[in-house]
Amino acid sequence: MTAIIHPDASADRMAAQARRGAAKRVHGLSDRSIAWLFVAPTIVLLLAINIFPLIWMIRLSFTSLNLSMSYLPLRFVGLENYSDILTDDDVWFRLQTTARFVICSVALQVVIGFGLALLINRQFRSHSFWTTIILLPMMLSPAVVGNFWTLLFQPQIGPFNYVIGLFTGIPPSSFSMTGEVALAPWTIVLVDSWMWAPYVMLICLAGLRSIPDYIYEAAEVDRASAWRQFWSITLPMVMPFLMLAVLFRAIENFKMFDMVNLLTSGGPGSTTELVSITLKRAAFEKWRTGYSSALAIILFVTVFGAANIYVKALNRVKQR
Amino acid sequence: MTAVAKSTAHSVVEASPRGKAVAGTIVILYALIAILPLLWIAATAFKSQSDAIAYPPKVIFQPTLEGYVNLFTVRTRQTREFIANLPPATTWYDRLVRNHDMVIAGPSKVVPRFINSLVIGFGSTFLAVLLGTLAAYAFSRFRIPLADDLLFFILSTRMMPPVAVAIPIYLMYRQLNLTDTKIGMILLYTAVNVSLAVWLLKGFIDEIPREYEEAALVDGYTRLQALRKVVLPQAVTGIAATAIFCLIFSWNEYAFAVLLTSGDAQTMPPFIPFIIGEGGQDWPAVAAATTLFVIPIVLFTILLRRHLLRGITFGAVRK
Repeated sequence: MTAIIHPDASADRMAAQARRGAAKRVHGLSDRSIAWLFVAPTIVLLLAINIFPLIWMIRLSFTSLNLSMSYLPLRFVGLENYSDILTDDDVWFRLQTTARFVICSVALQVVIGFGLALLINRQFRSHSFWTTIILLPMMLSPAVVGNFWTLLFQPQIGPFNYVIGLFTGIPPSSFSMTGEVALAPWTIVLVDSWMWAPYVMLICLAGLRSIPDYIYEAAEVDRASAWRQFWSITLPMVMPFLMLAVLFRAIENFKMFDMVNLLTSGGPGSTTELVSITLKRAAFEKWRTGYSSALAIILFVTVFGAANIYVKALNRVKQR
Repeated sequence: MTAVAKSTAHSVVEASPRGKAVAGTIVILYALIAILPLLWIAATAFKSQSDAIAYPPKVIFQPTLEGYVNLFTVRTRQTREFIANLPPATTWYDRLVRNHDMVIAGPSKVVPRFINSLVIGFGSTFLAVLLGTLAAYAFSRFRIPLADDLLFFILSTRMMPPVAVAIPIYLMYRQLNLTDTKIGMILLYTAVNVSLAVWLLKGFIDEIPREYEEAALVDGYTRLQALRKVVLPQAVTGIAATAIFCLIFSWNEYAFAVLLTSGDAQTMPPFIPFIIGEGGQDWPAVAAATTLFVIPIVLFTILLRRHLLRGITFGAVRK
């Protein structure tokens, strides 16, 4: 009856009741179920897109599957793919090429990056503006930019060779940065460092800024030379940051595909054929899916193992 | 005494004016050399074909919009008589093309590719940030068994070389009819980005004091209300920064795009190197595409400056 006489009030009451009910139900969701409800979608997505395919790939790595001959019945070959890869001189050669690339480029990036960070930390005028300018290359697409470097490196018409010629007197058309066996490995190191030295710089800068002033003041009171201060204060304090940068860069460069694929596509010959490019050729050009799955798993185990060892070392440095 | 102490402190913490000048000169020199390639790209976009590949390389040239016109159009070469018999060119770009004995045959594929980049970029960013925010909140505020292991698992999915991940994804997508579809690429990029999103957002949410939420809970808010009305408004800069990082990743990504798409879902990075004219790459058009592609990233980088460090270290270094 009252509902007919005071429709508004009753609606209000019902709404309030409904709200309370809803609140109760949400209250009924314990923190634990909320936690799982929130984490589950991410885990499910990663299981579907990362883990399930990974397990499938492990299975395929024991088969002779070749997608260009997929009419053949799936044959299990045991560890044959793995033993083929590990006894193949070519694969070892690619791994060496990759290791040389990783070591040289990370080393160069550490030298340039740390050097720039030390200079920027002197806080000259407008230093933050120039820092941003320096950071730009690392935010760009390695593929799109790597592609453009092929024009800059053209022997005859490219500005890079022209400038080198201007300063050294070497005729610009007499050398090709991407086409010569002796130069191409250094070319990818150069372009990679151009992109990623700022990365090391940014992390080192954070390390330098984390050192409290009073340590230097105390060192000054003790009359420690600038050289001494660098070796016994600056370097040890920045070390954890530097190692973090090295870890990230080493993993990324080990995976390197995009920039090199467009800049040299592994050439000339196979002088810059990083292991990712070998993998792409085996999997997406020769379609040797079984073989390339085994190679992919070997690579993953390598990165994962190396990263784990490195993280342990990093923690030890941090604790010191 | 104090004056001496002060001046000592000053000389220790701050570099001398000469030290600053030397540092400034070297850094500015490096910065100028480092952005030269980018300036060269921007300049090449305004060159004519012949100026782009001239020897010696041209620094001063007659600017033209040919590169941009070539980027957006497909042209056919015609005889002078044929062009003379056509109705007069109505637009400036028609005229520009006809000067080179060509006729515009239609639009190029660049606009659909650009739209693909936008759809896949924003789609995957939205999903990654949504999932990432929920997971990060849970990891930050609740006790989750094996939380550290789960977080490490989430991060480790990013250590796989993309080419290695692409092999099983390719097979799986073939079965599910997801190869060369936008939805397939969105799901893949979401999976890659969600690890970054969880790690970054956990850092941002950790920094919001729990007391605010607890006060809200005492006031009768439910957990979800507290999340929506207290935590999210405070995390909004962090969420925005995370979103931009995810967007930049999807925007720049090449390996998955080149291996898993060929047409319908192809994004800009695999498309740009294949902008070809008569006899090889059409460098002014490639440069024009590169410039248009890079400008948003440059703007975002400037916008993100303060959060850049966190983004590139997965939140490991926060300043």
